[in-house]
Amino acid sequence: MGSLVLKNIHMSFGTNEVLKDINLEVEDGEFVIFVGPSGCGKSTLLRIIAGLETPMQGDVEISGQLVNAMPASKRKIAMVFQTYALYPHLTVEKNMSLGLRQAGAASSYIKRQISLAVEMLELEPYLKRKPAELSGGQRQRVAIGRAIVRDPDLFLFDEPLSNLDAALRVNTRIEIARLHRELQSTVIYVTHDQIEAMTLAQKIIVLRDGRIEQVGSPMKLYKDPDNMFVAGFIGSPAMNFIEAGYLGVGGKAATVGVRPEQFTLSRRGRVSGTISHLEHLGAETNIFVNTDSGLITVRQFGEASLDIGAGIGLDFRDEDMLFFDSNGQRLR
Amino acid sequence: MRRVRHTVPNVLLAHAALAAYTVIALFPILLIIINSFKTRKAIFRDPLALPNPETFSLVGFETVFRQGDFFLYMQNSLIVTVASLFFILLFGAMAGFALAEYRFKGNTLMALYLAIGIMIPIRLGTISILEIMVATNLVNTLTALVLVYVAQGLPLAIFILSEFMRQVSDDLKNAGRIDGLSEYRIFFVLVLPLVRPALATVAVFNMIPIWNDLWFPLILAPGEATKTLTLGSQVFIGQFVTDWNAVLSALSMAMFPVLILYLIFSKQLIRGITSGAVK
Ligand SMILES: Nc1ncnc2c1ncn2[C@@H]1O[C@H](COP(=O)(O)OP(=O)(O)OP(=O)(O)O)[C@@H](O)[C@H]1O
Ligand SMILES: [Mg+2]
Repeated sequence: MGSLVLKNIHMSFGTNEVLKDINLEVEDGEFVIFVGPSGCGKSTLLRIIAGLETPMQGDVEISGQLVNAMPASKRKIAMVFQTYALYPHLTVEKNMSLGLRQAGAASSYIKRQISLAVEMLELEPYLKRKPAELSGGQRQRVAIGRAIVRDPDLFLFDEPLSNLDAALRVNTRIEIARLHRELQSTVIYVTHDQIEAMTLAQKIIVLRDGRIEQVGSPMKLYKDPDNMFVAGFIGSPAMNFIEAGYLGVGGKAATVGVRPEQFTLSRRGRVSGTISHLEHLGAETNIFVNTDSGLITVRQFGEASLDIGAGIGLDFRDEDMLFFDSNGQRLR
Repeated sequence: MRRVRHTVPNVLLAHAALAAYTVIALFPILLIIINSFKTRKAIFRDPLALPNPETFSLVGFETVFRQGDFFLYMQNSLIVTVASLFFILLFGAMAGFALAEYRFKGNTLMALYLAIGIMIPIRLGTISILEIMVATNLVNTLTALVLVYVAQGLPLAIFILSEFMRQVSDDLKNAGRIDGLSEYRIFFVLVLPLVRPALATVAVFNMIPIWNDLWFPLILAPGEATKTLTLGSQVFIGQFVTDWNAVLSALSMAMFPVLILYLIFSKQLIRGITSGAVK
């Protein structure tokens, strides 16, 4: 129930090769997140899993069953879209029940499923309203409710929170996490948002240009990235990359990566420069330092009393350095 | 977006301009209607005067109802216009949906082929059309007119509607597919209602030329039983004498059906024109 296997998925639009040999296994009950830069093929991959797009090549297995030729409605999946995609002419209740009614489910079953979703998402007051009479956050809750009602093996989310404001995003994020805990179902989730990826995922899949760069738990990707792309993509502010020569590091290493929070201010540190910009975030301060090896971002906890234009020395522990070769691959 | 300031001079100026335009636009129509209620002498003596007890006359309307079968002509025109619009909208929307929604070999080529008709006036093909109609025994049938008008209206309809269909959210259609709706249900239930303003626009742009057309009724369906209103009114315009009373009366009456059709579409049309401009 609810496992997913992708084998050798290739996809192109015309001459534009969007997905190149994607292989992936997701276990039952796992919360998996796809991240990657815009246009790397996350949504396309999700649509292939859903059966809305046919890959040029490759197999999709859901719950151990090959579903290549199965239409989207039969795959036991449910999808939540960035734009909510509620049916404008139907009430919230009808929106949520349409899938089951189409599948010919018994009305008692439909009632039970709807009341389950209504209870989980507190949708009771909106049941008789049309989507146009709801706020963005309420619409997204209805869209999630519509997915729950279908009782799918696999939940697919395509950037569900990106149209919501910051406060609502935090609430809905927590709601989705709770939902996953309660339903124990498999979730595949696409996002741009670092925090969503780090907080929700059990497994993050980093995509670039239609290829999987690395798969792993959030902490594994954060602490032990395979290459410069993953190292730079996961974490915000992004990891600093410093020329190995500048730090006097020998061997095959061409670049050294150090995370912003791993720097300490130290007059006689290995790196020195001048402060070009400061961001005071209250709980922390981001310090941007111009050095001979380029701009370095430093993250200090608390409020640092520093001045723009002042000289600054920086240091870090040796074990916090990550080494990359000239191709950007990690040297371990 | 900056909003226009609603100061008193601004409002006055805007209303003055709109009022002037209304007068200019309504003037010829009003002229036709008031003169249709006057005697022939009064029409020529003072065309701008309103009918008074002395000049009032219904002779034009009497002539119209006596000569020729006015209501049959009206019915023919309505049948041809409504049927043509129905098929233009139905096939135009379906073709537009296919072009916008499905990736298939030759999609672009097909779109181009279907759009070529926008640039080539259908009247250039009149001789061949007549030959086809003769060969298929369709001369002097309303079907012939409907077929020609559908062919005439489709290219622009497909062009406009496929553009609008492209703007309908993919997510919505995909949500429908996941919920197990057929492509037809998705088209009729989800997509068509969202492009209603575009449908109304296409309908209005096609309605007037079809209603007013003289060319094809004259060539393809001149028989008494299939005459349209425009063609039927021509009996009053002679080479030597024109019965102006009858012409004006026929025109006055011919306006009303299109006016009603227009009112039906106009609410949607205004939404189509202002969609995007006003949010
Ligand atoms: N229907 C389509 N026709 C042609 N090209 C497409 C189509 N859908 C996607 N593409 C292309 O495929 C590539 C991947 O698109 P996709 O939507 O999967 O990216 P994404 O990773 O979801 O990006 P984003 O984060 O911006 O949503 C892009 O280069 C896009 O231009
Ligand atoms: Mg996307």
